[in-house]
Amino acid sequence: TANAQLSRVVGAAKNETPQSRTFIRGIQTVTLIPGDGIGPEISNAVMKIFEAAKAPIRWEERNVTAIRGPGGKWMIPPDAKESMDKNKIGLKGPLKTPIAAGHPSMNLLLRKTFDLYANVRPCVSIEGYQTPYTDVNLVTIRENTEGEYSGIEHVIVDGVVQSIKLITEQASKRIAEYAFEYARNNQRASVTAVHKANIMRMSDGLFLRKCREAAEKYKDVKFTEMYLDTVCLNMVQDPTQFDVLVMPNLYGDILSDLCAGLIGGLGVTPSGNIGANGVAIFESVHGTAPDIAGKDLANPTALLLSAVMMLRHMGLHGHAKKIETACFDTIRDRKVLTKDLGGNSKCSEFTEAICQRMKDMD
Amino acid sequence: MTTRSVRALSGALKPLFSPRSPQGYVVAVCHQTHKSTYTAPPARYGGRHTVTLIPGDGIGPELAKHVCELFRFCCVPVDFEVVNVDSTETSEDDINNAIMAIRRNGVALKGNIETNHNLPPSYKSRNSLLRTTLDLYASVMHCQSLPGVRTQHRNIDIITIRENTEGEYSSLEHENVPGVVESLKIITRTKSLRIADYAFRTAREKGRRRVTAVHKANIMKLGDGLFLECCKEVASGYPEITFDSMIVDNTTMQLVSRPQQFDVMVMPNLYGNVVSNVCAGLVGGPGLVPGANYGENYAVFETGTRNTGKSIANRNTANPTAMLLASCLLLDHLKLHGYASMIRKAILSTITDSRVRSHRCYMQYVGGIQLLLLRPALYFDITLNMSSPLCSSCTLLIWEVRAPHLKWSSPSWMQSRALDLAHRGTRNQMTVRLYL
Repeated sequence: TANAQLSRVVGAAKNETPQSRTFIRGIQTVTLIPGDGIGPEISNAVMKIFEAAKAPIRWEERNVTAIRGPGGKWMIPPDAKESMDKNKIGLKGPLKTPIAAGHPSMNLLLRKTFDLYANVRPCVSIEGYQTPYTDVNLVTIRENTEGEYSGIEHVIVDGVVQSIKLITEQASKRIAEYAFEYARNNQRASVTAVHKANIMRMSDGLFLRKCREAAEKYKDVKFTEMYLDTVCLNMVQDPTQFDVLVMPNLYGDILSDLCAGLIGGLGVTPSGNIGANGVAIFESVHGTAPDIAGKDLANPTALLLSAVMMLRHMGLHGHAKKIETACFDTIRDRKVLTKDLGGNSKCSEFTEAICQRMKDMD
Repeated sequence: MTTRSVRALSGALKPLFSPRSPQGYVVAVCHQTHKSTYTAPPARYGGRHTVTLIPGDGIGPELAKHVCELFRFCCVPVDFEVVNVDSTETSEDDINNAIMAIRRNGVALKGNIETNHNLPPSYKSRNSLLRTTLDLYASVMHCQSLPGVRTQHRNIDIITIRENTEGEYSSLEHENVPGVVESLKIITRTKSLRIADYAFRTAREKGRRRVTAVHKANIMKLGDGLFLECCKEVASGYPEITFDSMIVDNTTMQLVSRPQQFDVMVMPNLYGNVVSNVCAGLVGGPGLVPGANYGENYAVFETGTRNTGKSIANRNTANPTAMLLASCLLLDHLKLHGYASMIRKAILSTITDSRVRSHRCYMQYVGGIQLLLLRPALYFDITLNMSSPLCSSCTLLIWEVRAPHLKWSSPSWMQSRALDLAHRGTRNQMTVRLYL
């Protein structure tokens, strides 16, 4: 009844629980961070495509620049933080890292703020963008908070530098469980832990132990362990043998970029960061490309595929499938492609082609 | 051998077939290399070198056997001192014996020794122990596309030079708080300068144009920053060689999309592991690429990707190419260039010969190499005992040849056909090289 509805809305407005606000009328609000360089153009492209697909998403645009908070610590603007905390899901374009700005990179700040512990990168070969490797279908899940990138370094004596690689039980447990959870939710057959425990016995040994423990809880997913060098060797010979890979930070960085290279580079690779408290930020991992910014030449595929990943994360599989199919069909057609994919079209034309295809599908 | 040296040497032949003693000959003929800084490798007695052989685990023993067999067949003047290292033993006696043997002989050929990573951290990786104790600071892997091998990329020619003793492989770990493990990665100025200098020297010697340093200095500013700084410093002393640097994740991406852009790559330990394995995979896999570890005083040769190959052990399917090419590198190091190039040519011809490849059986594969060595296109050595014109081992070789165009009727063919002489051999032995 009207009264009940009114009281519910009023109650929601007073309560400020995030869930009720974002699920009004089935439309989900997502924080959109356009980014720098080509960021705004590709974000616009994605918004247009989502509109054409009639996806129930409402975008809330925010900008992130590092600002000095109280106490001198660098942080992201409070309205961006608030929006993310409320919406829990974000889509981010490329952010530039100024070299001598004195503040750490924006990606690092975001990661620290929202405790984004897992970086997920599904690498699937794109039909229509030929690379020497076909039939790649794997997912790299990388621990994103600790490991070699802890940033703890000291000069012991002049000429001797020590970098500390930190592996904790809690973080390893968290990432291992996430990996198995992901494998189960996405119907993946096996999870492979990548390590170098023959050399780094204690640190990677701890990581491996936690992965084994998580494997016990998820008996329906097969678990294997492989040395980093063996994985690299086999990856470039036959990438079809891998399914889900889980690893600490450095190996994950290298391997996820290796896999991105297998399918065609960072311009077509989606990526998602999962954080504590249900936060998830999906992003495109390529750079800001300042040389083509504003010229309508950018390729929105990476951001688009990340947005599709986001839809899947939210459970909107139908819309995800529709947009993904339209995108892949357009690329496979090879009629309207941006310059980096080998064509000559503009970003807007590419976007238009995808929207048209989706309209035809309905 | 050049025809010039051959003709010059044929003049030296005459006195040898006379019944005088061959003493004068041993001094006169020397077709070895010409560097004034050449010092004979140690453990060379009576013209024969002693080399430590560590079979290792998995496919190691089989591959070691192939090498021994091939060397015996080619009459390579190398004796192997076999030292077994048992990886299941927790005491370090075995590996210390091996290290002592290598110190004695100066060179070694080794298979990979397995490290059971479920053992406690007090059990250090045997391979790592060997490398750090002997200070084998440079691990060099030359990845080249081989003509008969089908891969996704063609025309790859990359030399990866990896710092072998420090970096992430320092094995310094501790657990201060339960559940929190710290592993130390050490980068020092002296070792970084040393490896950078080695890289540039190698690039200069081999006529390479470009050296790329692989690092992650945007994240590990102090550690990899120091490495990069040292490389830049050394680069300034080699103006003819272009130096650039690349971040490791970008490097791997470029390697799988366009590997032809790389020439010589120098990097710290862990990145070296990743990049060298990627390069090995690009040219055809772990069975094809040899690796070498060089130190100031010692050299150890092994397969490039250091796999134990447990899953294919004892099944007659391991590809011996990597180990055989490593033995060629060993021969080059011992300045036995003739044997090295002979074996190398035979191996490469065998790889391109699809008949042999299709067999997938190592015995026939190695047999194929032996077959090619006897083929008319090459030469082979016969060791003769001076007391009698044909020694027993020589007879065996001749019987195995079956080449119809050679006349085996009388020893006089040796006088007319022998064109070159090797000075290997003891006083009562002489090795004749026959060009067929």
